[in-house]
Amino acid sequence: MYRYDEQDHALVRQRVAQFRGQTERYLAGELKEEEFLPLRLQNGLYVQRLAPMLRIAVPYGLMNSAQLRRLAHITRKYDKGYAHFTTRQNVQLNWPNLEDVPDILAELAEVEMHAVQTSGNCIRNTTTDQFAGVARDELVDPRPYCELIRQWSTFHPEFAFLPRKFKIAVCGANEDRAAIRAHDIGLQIVKNAQGETGFQVFVGGGLGRTPILGAAIRDFLPETDLLSYLEAIVRVYNQLGRRDNKFKARIKILVKAMGSEAFARHVEAEWEQIKDGADQLTPEAITWAKRFFPEPAYKSFTDGHGDAVLRDQAGEDKAFARWLERNTFPHRVNGYQSVTLSTKPTGIPPGDVTDRQLEAIAELADKYSFGEVRVTHEQNVVLADVEQEQLFALWQEARKHGFATPNIGTLTDMICCPGGDYCSLANAKSIPVAEAIQRKFDDLDYLYDLGDLDLNISGCMNACGHHHIGHIGILGVDKKGEEFYQIQLGGNSTKKASLGKVLGPSFSRDEMPETIEKILDVFVENRQPEEFFIDTYNRIGLQPFKERVYAKAS
Amino acid sequence: MPKPAEPAVKKPVGEQPENPAQLILDGAVASNQWNLLPLGGEAQITADSLAPGKVILPLSLWLELREQLHDRREEIGVWLDSDETADLLGDDAKALPLIAAHFPAFTDGRGFTLGRLLRERYGYTGELRAVGNFIRDQLTYLTRCGFNAFAYQGDEPLENLLGSMRDFNDSYQAAVDQPLPIFRRRALD
Repeated sequence: MYRYDEQDHALVRQRVAQFRGQTERYLAGELKEEEFLPLRLQNGLYVQRLAPMLRIAVPYGLMNSAQLRRLAHITRKYDKGYAHFTTRQNVQLNWPNLEDVPDILAELAEVEMHAVQTSGNCIRNTTTDQFAGVARDELVDPRPYCELIRQWSTFHPEFAFLPRKFKIAVCGANEDRAAIRAHDIGLQIVKNAQGETGFQVFVGGGLGRTPILGAAIRDFLPETDLLSYLEAIVRVYNQLGRRDNKFKARIKILVKAMGSEAFARHVEAEWEQIKDGADQLTPEAITWAKRFFPEPAYKSFTDGHGDAVLRDQAGEDKAFARWLERNTFPHRVNGYQSVTLSTKPTGIPPGDVTDRQLEAIAELADKYSFGEVRVTHEQNVVLADVEQEQLFALWQEARKHGFATPNIGTLTDMICCPGGDYCSLANAKSIPVAEAIQRKFDDLDYLYDLGDLDLNISGCMNACGHHHIGHIGILGVDKKGEEFYQIQLGGNSTKKASLGKVLGPSFSRDEMPETIEKILDVFVENRQPEEFFIDTYNRIGLQPFKERVYAKAS
Repeated sequence: MPKPAEPAVKKPVGEQPENPAQLILDGAVASNQWNLLPLGGEAQITADSLAPGKVILPLSLWLELREQLHDRREEIGVWLDSDETADLLGDDAKALPLIAAHFPAFTDGRGFTLGRLLRERYGYTGELRAVGNFIRDQLTYLTRCGFNAFAYQGDEPLENLLGSMRDFNDSYQAAVDQPLPIFRRRALD
């Protein structure tokens, strides 16, 4: 992974000092509340319902074991002993004291971490595929480009006060595991006819109260032009994006209002002026960035070697077989597999881990996966490089620590925002809904029979739980002070991206598990053999679900 | 009969900028030599009625009077509101001794782009002044985007602000103060 040099260290130290000064001025009454607000947000600090919340940056989701151990220590020393993995591949602390935040940032800086631009109206943490660099369907490893984008966007002097937040995602594989079309900028790595690497550029995607999928404004951007093109896009947005209404300030509204072709023309005109400038990525810079993501010291196995071992072990242990089936992912190197540690056993808020679990993950990473982990946008944790021969041992250890729930990709592996339990923006709680659904559908054979199914829950229309792109999406709404839940069907975050459609009137919390059951019944009755929920939905449409769910009792 | 076109009247974005007696210029506290005219009085002002001395005109007024004020070139500056882009001045920028960018609220970041474009695209070398409601914590970024003058409207003594101009002594990306991004300056082999 990327390692800081003296310049990185100095910049992050100076940031800590700057924020310490700002916090002191605020506490002394020298900095007004409204002035401190964007400054603290750009340092990841929210003031939430119960306490401040600190969002720590995990660039493109990648962390090492030393960083995990430091996070564990920080949650113990400054918080209540647990942390939360977010859909932006970051980590949140829910109970720090405002006064302690500069010290927390100083501790993070020692292990090459920070909270820079994890919130606020600026360019946020760039996200990517959790299987970057190891997936079999990968064209090019996106991580070096993510790192170059991280450097370009960090403390960017021109873009720290944009009309609204700004999110970039990069995908280097054939399957989109980064939901790139749900981002302000989505970058798909492609190769042209000459075999050169470049990017297909999507702009203007985003969820929230006006969900829109990004439009392709360029089919092939040469890799050398990555940063200048990003600069052109954000510059056009900074000048022309609406600032009169925060609900209409995202780039998606600008792209929609102008039309994506007109917007593209603006970007191209701006880019023409700067494309030959200093931001042009030299081959040396790309080679340099790639050097931080070398192939780990893989052992050499013959094709199919590990498969035989696993077949035997799986044959003898059904629980292991289940886990192997759901929680591991094919690896491009013979004899290796990637493992997803599930943070979603029933009854634990999705994405929550304790300090001890953070240390356990660090230990597993050291022992089985070259000391590194990735946070996924589904709020789980990936060990990317595990020898197949070690999977059984890893599974046993993961099970002891509560990470081996074999539910990855199923209904109970749901994305869920913190909701009304923590978040001051939320209209409704989301964690208890997740839990009620997990309790109702605890039969693994049934879950496996349902197959891959994304269920996403947001406690308000800001859509942190990505409900628009879940196959089943749940949105908490407030009606006269009471919490209700609206259901959407047909969202999809993959290459065939789509936004969910509202099923109909909303439900009370108590009605939710039963309503989900009715939806699943319609699926099961209508599916063709081996068909996934989203495909059945696309074939039969919303109506059959609507009829069942809103049928009058006869 | 069709109605004659109304002359386009520019409405200010937020409160209009003030004109403090002192400012920060090139890293030190200095007295303000310039008089900034607000938007709104354009109809009454002509080249002949314009008060003598150094004056900063709203863009719309300058566009109207610039030919007539040719002889006073050294004492006529222009200020742009936050919804006015650098290309409205374009290559004319080069001939001006002072350009000011208005920050109606410190969260309105359009002026940062304005600064860079004037310096990097339109070759502007004169005084680039931030006016309005920017805050001390933005001085580093403003400096990086080419601003060298700050007509601060807050209560704090200007001396207290000087230290914030260099919260960082290096940067990742290119800007006005640093023509090369860090990946071109690092030893990459």
